[in-house]
Amino acid sequence: MTELTQVNAPIYEALRRFRRMRVVPFDVPGHKRGRGNMELTEFLGEDCMNVDVNSMKPLDNLCHPVSVIKDAEMLAAQAFGAANAFFMVGGTTSAVQSMIMYACKEGDKIIMPRNVHRSAINALILTGAVPVYVNPDVNKQLGIALGMSVAQVEQAIRENPDAKAIMVNNPTYYGICSDLRRITELAHAHGMLVLVDEAHGTHFYFGDNFPVTAMAAGADIASVSMHKSGGSLTQSSFLLMGERVNADYMRQVINLTQTTSASYLLLSSLDISRKRLALSGREIFAKTVEMAEYARSEINDIGGYYAYSRELINGDSIYDFDVSKLSVFTLPVGLAGIEVYDLLRDEYDIQIEFGDIGNILAYISVGDRKRDIERLISALSEIKRRFGRTGADMLSHEYIAPVVTEAPRKAFYADKVSVPLDESAGKVCTEFVMCYPPGIPILAPGELITQEIIEYIKYAKEKGCQMTGTEDINIERLNVLK
Amino acid sequence: MELWFTERHTPNVKFSIKVDHQLYSGNSEFQRIDVFDSKEFGRFLTLDGYMMLTEKDEFIYHEMITHVPMAVHPNPKNILVIGAGDGGVVRELTRYSSVESIDLVEIDELVVEVSRKFLPTTACRLDDERVHIFYEDGVKFIRRCENKYDVIIVDSTDPFGPGEGLFTKEFYGSCFKALREDGIMVNQHESPFYAEDAAAMQRSHKRIVESFPISRVYQAHIPTYPSGHWLFGFASKKYHPVRDYDPIKWSMLGIKTKYYNTKLHCGAFALPNYVEEMLRDVE
Repeated sequence: MTELTQVNAPIYEALRRFRRMRVVPFDVPGHKRGRGNMELTEFLGEDCMNVDVNSMKPLDNLCHPVSVIKDAEMLAAQAFGAANAFFMVGGTTSAVQSMIMYACKEGDKIIMPRNVHRSAINALILTGAVPVYVNPDVNKQLGIALGMSVAQVEQAIRENPDAKAIMVNNPTYYGICSDLRRITELAHAHGMLVLVDEAHGTHFYFGDNFPVTAMAAGADIASVSMHKSGGSLTQSSFLLMGERVNADYMRQVINLTQTTSASYLLLSSLDISRKRLALSGREIFAKTVEMAEYARSEINDIGGYYAYSRELINGDSIYDFDVSKLSVFTLPVGLAGIEVYDLLRDEYDIQIEFGDIGNILAYISVGDRKRDIERLISALSEIKRRFGRTGADMLSHEYIAPVVTEAPRKAFYADKVSVPLDESAGKVCTEFVMCYPPGIPILAPGELITQEIIEYIKYAKEKGCQMTGTEDINIERLNVLK
Repeated sequence: MELWFTERHTPNVKFSIKVDHQLYSGNSEFQRIDVFDSKEFGRFLTLDGYMMLTEKDEFIYHEMITHVPMAVHPNPKNILVIGAGDGGVVRELTRYSSVESIDLVEIDELVVEVSRKFLPTTACRLDDERVHIFYEDGVKFIRRCENKYDVIIVDSTDPFGPGEGLFTKEFYGSCFKALREDGIMVNQHESPFYAEDAAAMQRSHKRIVESFPISRVYQAHIPTYPSGHWLFGFASKKYHPVRDYDPIKWSMLGIKTKYYNTKLHCGAFALPNYVEEMLRDVE
């Protein structure tokens, strides 16, 4: 057998071989190569339905890979500079949850920044681990949560020497990175694992001049959303592991919650995308960055808007910045980010990634065309001309430090009672309140509700943010501890 | 041997012209450009396989997109033309002595180069000293203009491909901003006849109506465009295309035209019922 290199894509190649064999299916899926569901086949295409197949000997099995999936995972590990890599088909959410379930058992402490993704806090409910939140620094002007400062991490470690792991976002949704190398050294010096949420950092592994990757920084486990900047299908991700991680135990952890019918559409998309990035990632991301930089300079030329970049770097809580992100501060134009987000879609047929109170984020990738970038810039210019206001009264902060009084799992499963939002101050919340996107919790199970939080919820609702997580779909009532 | 150029006007309708010979074929950064000679229509230019102009019927399009706004505006001096690298609109504009400056914004330099070489009928006035050519995306160019032009002529290709941005609301809004307080914008407005063209026509009409206080549509018959029934949009900050039109004043200019005349100017704004209805639906 010839040695595999990055030009190979073992799962993809196996599927092509398999298609040529014209095997008669007396197994699932029941659509039988699409013939049993013609409307769906017409919609998605015959080629797509043809490879929506079950695990079988020539195609390996994700739960227990021994052949082509194992090879593909080995190639992915090589490409990312990891000791081991797993293909994930339950989104980066499942990767993040697997990292935490690997590192923590019931009652174990884990140090994490508050601006972790909800999947991380959900994992606390699953495992019973207890969060030690490091309050991220906040940029007062932009109203965004930043990275963790090294001093704060040091303090958290000092106060919680028994913590099992520390979690880091690399980068945040807005493109901001902490000093991952230094944090990793500190954590390892105290025997803690370093778990990195790299949902927004796939491209760091393949482009030039990007912030350091988790694997290069010596971190232990990383969750990488290949489907974001990597070009694979939605819901497909990689879990990367360093030398210190027992990959076979990790597989058992993943199999606790992962489907036993992994989609070959997702698996092949990961395989092909890994190959593509390994072979031409440098050019791809150089082009992406060029477009983002161009858009940034044109948007800053409009006036009012502030498309920020590396000038924010402060050596600590903004240790580095991902220049492929196009984040724009909109308040000086008199409009909340969420308002600009809605106007772009409703008035100009442009869908961006998210808008929060003060910012919007447009996701730039190699799939973008120069002329579409021009449209986005012109639409922002028009929004300023047509809808811009001055002296609008804007809430200036976004991040509210949580007060954790109970472990998330305990609060989530405790006896609770529903109270109107206005009467909830001083009580302990048993559910999530998320402002989505960006999906960072305002309240998580086990946290104290304050008047400030109630005001923020009302404001975000009024501005049209999508609020989720509560049992009451309208968020007029909250569940609290009895 | 028979060599035919064929364009699909819909998935079920084809339009063909017998080609005598091909003069040019090339690819720019943006599109494929071809020039042919034919017995029936003379020389013709296609972009990505779509008919742009033929020597035989280009006068209809270029006269109608140019003289209508130029005749309504009382004193058009500064003109912006977007698209139109073939030079046809510029040729018509240079016939007005009142015009001081013509800015031509064409995204594809090769279109201008090819037109200069093979289409002297339309490109003949591109060297007029009042003409300034900018090779840039029109969407980008106009973003920076404010209160600058009396007339803007949007001679776009179709609402897909490189001309896509010229059918968007952000573009029409930028045109509004770039016009003086009595400015006029005229645009290639697609056709109301085949369903897909009609939908694009309605979409762009809706966006123009939302961007300008006065927005009317007029028509012409252009044999080589899908269905032959073609529309233009007239969007204006102040002047109504018929009520504020002074036919005598225009006649005094002594511009000799082959299609446009002062009666036709008013008549062109009288539209068939089904077209009126389509427009009303989105107004």
